[in-house]
Amino acid sequence: MPKDSRHTRPSQTVAITVRLPGVLVDLFPGSTRSVTMPASTVDEMMDEFDRRWPGMRDRLCDSTPAIRKHINVFVDGERARLDTPLEPGAKVFVIIAISGG
Amino acid sequence: MAKNVLVLIGTRKGAFILESDSKRKSWGLKGPFCATWPMNHLVGNPTTGTIYGGGGNEWFGPAVWKSTDLGESWTHSSKGLAYERGAEPITAVWSVAPNNGILYAGVQPAGLFRSDDRGETWQHVEGLRKHPSRPQWSPGNAGLILHSMVLHPNDENQMWIGISAAGVFYTSDRGKTWEARNKGTRADFLPEGENYPEFGQCVHNFVMAAGKPDRLYQQNHCGMYRSDDGGKSWQSIEQGLPSSFGFPVAAHSSNPDTVFMIPLNGDTAGRYMPDAKAAVWRTRDAGKTWQDLREGLPQQNAYFGVLRQAMATDRLEPGGVYFGTSSGTVFASANEGDSFAPIAEHLPVITSVETMVVEG
Repeated sequence: MPKDSRHTRPSQTVAITVRLPGVLVDLFPGSTRSVTMPASTVDEMMDEFDRRWPGMRDRLCDSTPAIRKHINVFVDGERARLDTPLEPGAKVFVIIAISGG
Repeated sequence: MAKNVLVLIGTRKGAFILESDSKRKSWGLKGPFCATWPMNHLVGNPTTGTIYGGGGNEWFGPAVWKSTDLGESWTHSSKGLAYERGAEPITAVWSVAPNNGILYAGVQPAGLFRSDDRGETWQHVEGLRKHPSRPQWSPGNAGLILHSMVLHPNDENQMWIGISAAGVFYTSDRGKTWEARNKGTRADFLPEGENYPEFGQCVHNFVMAAGKPDRLYQQNHCGMYRSDDGGKSWQSIEQGLPSSFGFPVAAHSSNPDTVFMIPLNGDTAGRYMPDAKAAVWRTRDAGKTWQDLREGLPQQNAYFGVLRQAMATDRLEPGGVYFGTSSGTVFASANEGDSFAPIAEHLPVITSVETMVVEG
């Protein structure tokens, strides 16, 4: 019997690929720059990061809650927010902004 | 047992550690640590040997870093280090203070957090931001920061904190309630006749005198002060100093009458060493008289400053004095300030200097 998608949590079915910045990966031993995970929104993606590598969400999101000001998340080439949906197979890039001195 | 001295250094680009034996003549430098994050305050718990670092990164936000092996490896956490949803997010940790099993962190925008599990998780000490003066706290040049924490050595219920520019606050019930303790300290930046408010002073740094919990020494934006009643009232001790402006203050580890300050040339004059000649100023009589200590310090073209948490003493005899400059030099004295020598140069801007004495 085919699964009824209306009764299925999207995060259980949608696989996305994410590219993380090396300077972030360096903060979390065991993490990798290229990640495949289930998530149906950017917010869910952040939660999944945190489940895999505790504390990573805090590095990318503030308590507003929002993506940190100097962190950019691009979904299939478009800049995203926490509520941005993720389509199956979406390609996500987490990028650090140019800042510092 | 031989003792080693660690000088813990926070900089705008990472943490560093200098180490020497108790003679304090030869120093080795380790670092940079903490992924080159801006580290506002690095402090050691001499009981456990654990080093904590408070910082904030433009990309990744605030965290407290921790090393249990004298800097060889580090972890970081900010779990619980956040205000409620919708509030202005925390950007950085500005100060860290260990006390027995409790660890405190002061943050920007100003607030206080505590950890009961050695920095793994944090709880907001909400009482401070519920103080009626909170809506009127104004940021200083570095932002609205909680930078000074003085913990009572014998009573975990009591502590004092300093916020720029809100002033000194005191609690006797572990942070549930607070009272402003700024009587006698000036706010020259307010209109004439309104220069002694209940709160709003720009406290730069304050410390407790050795063995005298009621005696505090304060470097303010507007003067140097001593209190002998736990901050209920403050008396100016700036007479004899070259200016009323500076950032750090460091207390001698055993003599409550001895304290060190580094006056700068003024808040609108560049904030350099006065006349571009470096000096640490020492009092041995609780601020009645001051002596300038210059031996070994540059006496020409010294256009650097010393930030609020960038001076410390150690617990050896004779006492050591250390300070780090905005141009990246650490100067050290192993004789209570009678003479200094540079023990590290060309570091990033130094934001904090603390010491920890460990078994060698």
